[in-house]
Amino acid sequence: MRILGLTLAALLLGAAGPPGAASCTGCHAAGAGIGVLQGRPADDIAAQMEAFRSGARPATLMNRIVRGFSPDEVRALAAWFAAS
Amino acid sequence: MTPRRALLAGALATPFLGRAGRALGVARVVVVGGGYGGATCARALRQAGVDVTLVEAETAYLSCPFSNPVVAGLRDMEQQRFGYDHVIAAGVRLVHARATGVDATARMVQVEGAALPYDRLVLSPGVEMRLDPQPGALPGYGADMAERFPHAWKAGPQTLLLRRQLEAMPDGGTVAMSVPANPYRCPPGPYERASLIAHYLKTHKPRSKLIVLDAKDAFSKQKLFQAAWAKLYPNTLEWVGLSNGGRVTGIDPDGTLQTEFGAHPADVVNPIPPQRAGAIAQAAGVSDRTGWCPVDPVTFESRLVPGIHVIGDAAVMGAMPKSAFAAGAQAKVCADAIAALLAGQAPEVPRLINTCYSLVAPGYGISVAGVYRPVNGQLTDIEGAGGTSPLDAPPGVRAQEAAYAEDWYRTATTEAFGEPGAAGVDGRR
Repeated sequence: MRILGLTLAALLLGAAGPPGAASCTGCHAAGAGIGVLQGRPADDIAAQMEAFRSGARPATLMNRIVRGFSPDEVRALAAWFAAS
Repeated sequence: MTPRRALLAGALATPFLGRAGRALGVARVVVVGGGYGGATCARALRQAGVDVTLVEAETAYLSCPFSNPVVAGLRDMEQQRFGYDHVIAAGVRLVHARATGVDATARMVQVEGAALPYDRLVLSPGVEMRLDPQPGALPGYGADMAERFPHAWKAGPQTLLLRRQLEAMPDGGTVAMSVPANPYRCPPGPYERASLIAHYLKTHKPRSKLIVLDAKDAFSKQKLFQAAWAKLYPNTLEWVGLSNGGRVTGIDPDGTLQTEFGAHPADVVNPIPPQRAGAIAQAAGVSDRTGWCPVDPVTFESRLVPGIHVIGDAAVMGAMPKSAFAAGAQAKVCADAIAALLAGQAPEVPRLINTCYSLVAPGYGISVAGVYRPVNGQLTDIEGAGGTSPLDAPPGVRAQEAAYAEDWYRTATTEAFGEPGAAGVDGRR
């Protein structure tokens, strides 16, 4: 159910992706050494982002970026990247 | 293009009528300026199925990001160069000509010898130096003086001239930089340059000094820069802020920088001049009295002239700084908004990120980030998000941020020019 819901959300958001997606790919694009988001499982992306937020995963920068997005917004981004 | 994007692009290219009464597949978008903003925007528009023409006077682009390491001899100028072959291969029509004017009523861009019709126009002209006798210029710093005392604030011959002057300076010499008031291209850029020049002097000419005369008391990543300077360059780099007489009020024909508190003669002089939006923005009437271009934060459409969008360093829309990262992020949001407008749809309210790395030495990187959303017509910092690298980070984190700066460069150049730039900074030089 959860995966189905995420996929539907991704389909409804269209080519441009949810707010913020265009900035994520400023670093995380295809071929990027810093890590690619496209095609990674949505739950994995969302879990990593929440780990940056809580400090459970050490970060140089992502802990500062993730605070600009609510958990719901993070899940929408994760679903879209997973489906794109 | 991902399969999903291809599918949508195909769907969008089928002729259904947009708001302007024109099918999206045949709507014409012209982008002026082939830097990080314009090249990224043109490619993103093409990916969205839009017919797009890029107007760029030069046959290659020279990147400002990573040009400070070129000044300091840590990297070669050829590594800054990007052609447009991959932009053309992506389906963008390229017109190698200078755009000289815009007729916004007839929706035509004038280029040398021709006129290009558009339904929507994107200007990404970057900055123009205000040189004497332009209003707001540093008195005495005209085009002829810039040939002798390079600003090097656009990558190109000026970058190499400044490097050669540093190389020719005898040990024990003095280098002087001047930094303008806000806003200008790349807020932390002058301090990265000061750091890397100090690194060069410390390594090759250890009895030499660098003085940085600043029209401000506060600047981007200030605590991080100053902590690094105290540790790495205590006997080399002196920064003088506004309240200690740092504001430069003029330059003499011999390059001496004048302040209200005294004269600063130097062997190598690098004045960073005040700036404004690139010439085509002035010609198109999209810049205001400040010299910059106010735009809507959702579509990046000009507040002054409908149908013209402005992105990157030339545009002002709130708190987002003038950086190549910001230009790329704005380019993609603007492209998506234009695709929506041409299809008769409302553009999404965007969220934008800026990330800006600076090198204070080879292998020592620091960063500032921000997340922005439109509030009352301006892109506004989301409270609690963003900020700078920690002041007390261990060397491993600084090294990691220097490596991430290189990763960003490879990605940003791929997004703009379709090929990853070589990012190396050679600390052994």
